[in-house]
Amino acid sequence: MKANCWLAPNRVAVEEVPEPTILNPRDAVLKVTSTAICGSDLHLLDGFIPAMRRGDVLGHEFMGEIVELGAGARDGLRVGDRVVVGFPIACGDCGSCQRGLYSVCENSNPNAAIAETAMGHTPAGIFGYSHLLGGYAGGQAEFVRVPYADVGALKVGDELPDEQVLFLSDVLPTGYMAAEMGDVKPGDVVAVWGAGPVGQFAAVSAFLLGAEQVVVIDRFPYRLRIARDRAGAETINYEETDVLDTLREMTAGRGPDVCIDAVGMESHHPSAALQAYDRAKQAVKAETDRPHALREAILACRNGGTVAAIGAYGGFIDKFPMGSFMNRSLTLRSGQAHVQRYMRPLLERIHRGEIDPSFIITHTMRLDDAPHGYDIFKNKQDDCLKVVLKP
Amino acid sequence: MTRETTLGVRSVADNLGIQRATRDRGSEGLARFLGWFSLGLGVTALAAGSRVARAVGVDDSPTARAVLRAAGLREIGHAAVLLVPRRAGMGAWTRVAGDALDLAATGQAYRNLCGERRRRLGLTLAALGGITAIDLYASVRATRNRRISPPGFAHGSVTVNRTPEEAYHFWHGFENLPGFMYHLQSVRSTGPGRTRWSAKAPAGRTVEWEAEIVEERPNQLIRWRSVDGSRVPNRGTVRFTPAAGDQGTEVRVELEYAVPGRRLGTLVAKAFGENPQQQICDDLRRFKQIIETGEITRSDGTPDGTSIQTQAKQRPARPLAAHRTA
Repeated sequence: MKANCWLAPNRVAVEEVPEPTILNPRDAVLKVTSTAICGSDLHLLDGFIPAMRRGDVLGHEFMGEIVELGAGARDGLRVGDRVVVGFPIACGDCGSCQRGLYSVCENSNPNAAIAETAMGHTPAGIFGYSHLLGGYAGGQAEFVRVPYADVGALKVGDELPDEQVLFLSDVLPTGYMAAEMGDVKPGDVVAVWGAGPVGQFAAVSAFLLGAEQVVVIDRFPYRLRIARDRAGAETINYEETDVLDTLREMTAGRGPDVCIDAVGMESHHPSAALQAYDRAKQAVKAETDRPHALREAILACRNGGTVAAIGAYGGFIDKFPMGSFMNRSLTLRSGQAHVQRYMRPLLERIHRGEIDPSFIITHTMRLDDAPHGYDIFKNKQDDCLKVVLKP
Repeated sequence: MTRETTLGVRSVADNLGIQRATRDRGSEGLARFLGWFSLGLGVTALAAGSRVARAVGVDDSPTARAVLRAAGLREIGHAAVLLVPRRAGMGAWTRVAGDALDLAATGQAYRNLCGERRRRLGLTLAALGGITAIDLYASVRATRNRRISPPGFAHGSVTVNRTPEEAYHFWHGFENLPGFMYHLQSVRSTGPGRTRWSAKAPAGRTVEWEAEIVEERPNQLIRWRSVDGSRVPNRGTVRFTPAAGDQGTEVRVELEYAVPGRRLGTLVAKAFGENPQQQICDDLRRFKQIIETGEITRSDGTPDGTSIQTQAKQRPARPLAAHRTA
């Protein structure tokens, strides 16, 4: 079968690989009908996530049809079911899963020892996301093996097109969880750093949770336009105006009640010198992640407010404004999305027409064109916001 | 801290209540010190023979110089024995033998002298006596340390989202163990409280031993040991305690095994894996996987399941070519 494989930093290629088979009783094999490139795949492309191996199959946002099922699947899944699969692999049985913390499943990372060395404890395994997080083949392929399918695969019926339900796999629950972690309450002012797919959905979700005003910060006019037109947000282009001043102005000095970092480890700074500072430290591994958006989110947040970090971080940051964070009684919450917890309720919201997640799609192409998709998504060419691949 | 003697070795219980064998590190350091001391003496005797002869009080005669040169060469020999090998071990005994020679020679000279030189030689004799005492002490300590080569010890712990009853019963079904202890081929019951363990060894061979349960407290603890005459003497405990706040069960394993020599050491590796400590950590992770989810977690990069040893040399995360079924 064809699969999009990671070869080296900045090199992916569609290669011929063996088809997956059932390895465990609770496995399913899916024939993939749609799969997407995630912003966090760009961290892999750029070589910022350790423990990638040449030939790893990428992709953690996918859906399809079950073509093979292990003997032990528990939840009434059938061959032929149309399902969306959440990106964190979760067993459903460990203490973390039973508390709804699926992205920190205690059993799904067979390479837990590597992750423990790097992070202290291991998070869940993730499809196509390095050997640090399990060494699982991803879903940017014609077929994919889904472990613990009875927990990870959600039946979606036949009424809605792929474009409406595909993003239940990651970016929609991820954006929603950011708003929920931010504890958005009716009347809140919410600022979102990053107008990528997760930022867009965080803005939409903030409104769903009752926010009165949402401000999205980015530097690409086309992305800010989508945030204004489709998410109903106000926008700040940080290359044109000072973010802290503008947010202070917009809230008459208070600052946003909730600040969401939907950027993560590869943020940019409008000042070339400050950008170069973090980029240089990253290049020599003095810090692994560039945390500019997070620093700014903390400084911007109102006293006693909440900062939700949903953008992906891999290792270590520096110049964390601990003084501001501590002295102003802020709360910082974070985590990879516990997708399995949000899939069902969000599917219902889609059914009810409260969200139409398909608005983020700017490009649909064949799986064979995945390298081109990565290229335009990374370089923000052709107004690219989200690439959907069709195997 | 409680002290306890097991398999002839003093061990200390740490604050987790886990027994750890203590090794006598001081013995090795003392031997190295004596090695450097020998080197210094040897070089001095060879480089400045006549001055040394005058200082200790013997004649600055050709005979004395020859004896001193021989002694210097001998000291360098001691230094080589004590400093060159990775472990000094019994090397200090060569110094005790040398001390006996020195004492005999100096005693002989002492009897034939008088006056100032006799006084100096007396001091030399006293110093030699002191050095001999230190050498003897170091040698005896090294010997004792070797005789009580400490047993291997490995331990690990994991929290499982199951009750102590479930965890205990799963473990007590000894035939379940090879399901998550990869180095084991089978565990068979051979009578009340007795089991026969069979472990995989290279080239399709197996190593077997018989074990008996020494103590079992339902839902709390199982303690076992190999029966007398086993080729791989070992004993171990698995404890089950409710985790704080109703968060499942804490499972703790301790394993102790005799490491009598190189050949038998290899046998131990066959019985408990190349690195028993790693083995126990892997075993406990797989135990958690199987008791919680019913299966061993497998990925394309790690198709055989958790193993620290294979983690460094993983295959790429792409489907396996060969068809495998659960």
